[in-house]
Amino acid sequence: MMSKIVRTQANILYPLILIFGFYIVAHGHLTPGGGFQGGAVIATGVALVAISFGYGKIKKWIKKTNLTAAEAVGLLSFIIAAFTGIGTSFFCNWLANSGLIFGDTVPYGPNPGYLNTAGLLPIMNLAVGIEVLGGLGVVVMYMLSAAKASEVK
Amino acid sequence: MRKALMAASLFVLFAALLYVAVNPSDFGAELGDHLVFGEPKYTDMDSYFIHNGQNQTAANNIVTSIVFDYRGFDTLGEASVLFTAVLGVGVVLRMLRGDENDE
Repeated sequence: MMSKIVRTQANILYPLILIFGFYIVAHGHLTPGGGFQGGAVIATGVALVAISFGYGKIKKWIKKTNLTAAEAVGLLSFIIAAFTGIGTSFFCNWLANSGLIFGDTVPYGPNPGYLNTAGLLPIMNLAVGIEVLGGLGVVVMYMLSAAKASEVK
Repeated sequence: MRKALMAASLFVLFAALLYVAVNPSDFGAELGDHLVFGEPKYTDMDSYFIHNGQNQTAANNIVTSIVFDYRGFDTLGEASVLFTAVLGVGVVLRMLRGDENDE
């Protein structure tokens, strides 16, 4: 556990980091970034809280089983989203320009960017983001637990 | 002996790279193409993505449309690599852990 200053700043910064990471994930088809980058940003939020509060306290708040479940669910939903276009081909973006959810068309050239576009891409971004936040978060938690175990001995 | 061998291999590598840098390489060129260094052969893949990416995938971010749509298999491999790496970290660090009762 670090000092009170660090803990207070982590308390303030943690939700902002989470919001920023989910913003990057959700706007992956409009702005630079995407699932991998946004998931890494969210995992840095996990690392910030875990380091500033100490592993002994944080392991009751952030369960490793939940993070591994998030990782597995993210990868599975990514593969399932890829399989939904199997009628044409694997990874076929059948939702784009279809008029359904995320199915609006986009004008050619520079435009302000519309969220309800790009078909399967936002869904895949979300799946990969969930997978990356679970994977990198559980790596951070495993490393902190190993450091704690080695320091006790 | 080892240092001399290292120096000789470094020299050979440096000479080869220098030769490639000075002489225009015809890698990927068809017969009869004249290539100049710094001006690679014109490929139509990038301009195809730039001109058709917005219409075909309806995404403003061309990089995302390439990563998740045109090159989806590559992203599937990346995600699998990440999953496998996390699995390996878990397998290695689970042995070191002292407290086994928190899961």
